[in-house]
Amino acid sequence: MAELIAQSPCRDLLPVTHGTVTLSEVDPGNITSLSPFKGKAATLSDALNSAYGLRFPAPGRSTGKEGARCLWTGRHQAFLQGPEPVDSLKASAALTDQSDAWTVVSLEGADAEDVLARLVPIDLRAGVFKRGHTARTLCQHMTASITRTGANRFQIMVFRSMAATLCHELGEAMHMVAARAGRP
Amino acid sequence: MRLPCPLCGTRDRREFYYQGAAVALNRPAPDAGQEAWENYMHLRDNPAGRTRDLWMHEAGCGSWIVVERDTVTHEIFSAELIDAD
Repeated sequence: MAELIAQSPCRDLLPVTHGTVTLSEVDPGNITSLSPFKGKAATLSDALNSAYGLRFPAPGRSTGKEGARCLWTGRHQAFLQGPEPVDSLKASAALTDQSDAWTVVSLEGADAEDVLARLVPIDLRAGVFKRGHTARTLCQHMTASITRTGANRFQIMVFRSMAATLCHELGEAMHMVAARAGRP
Repeated sequence: MRLPCPLCGTRDRREFYYQGAAVALNRPAPDAGQEAWENYMHLRDNPAGRTRDLWMHEAGCGSWIVVERDTVTHEIFSAELIDAD
């Protein structure tokens, strides 16, 4: 059998730093979409709790933490990010393997909000969009999932095929924000 | 224009796909007759005022919503999720 080498979406593109902001790739581990069957949302949440100690997230929220996180990603849908899905989830939800289907990057730094303000049409300032908050929205013309994972850190996900475009758009915005502030 | 998505909050119009009049929710019975089906398929109002439209939050949560709005003043009166049932 051929020896295949796994290659990440942003290989050769990241990390990159402009001014105070660094864009780097995140290895999210497994990504599994969870869509609860009709009337089974509470059962699914209990199964998640006993397997990973986290709950099925409300709209616009994420649960868990680095390594095992559950992101709301749409109506009746969330992504389990990190661990492999345990069999006990299958009784209450439709599961699909999304690993390798997404580009996952981390944007971190004092000016990260200003960078995203150039590309994203929603308010991501800390007073409104707090740690653990997540949104499905646009990043320039790409549909994205954006989550605040720290005081100055965001996780951004787009489809894998858009990796180079995402890195280009964010890189340009980082460059311009740094230039305006007179930073090298 | 901004639309109040019931799940995501108020979002820019560019995140939404416009489908058209909410008449699609009132599908006639299979035996309702030719006139009812012709009207359902082809007859649409073009109101200057209140209208009910279907929108999909395609760059957001993916929900189909019914938005009641005024085509003259651009006021939005309501936005409701459509149930899959």
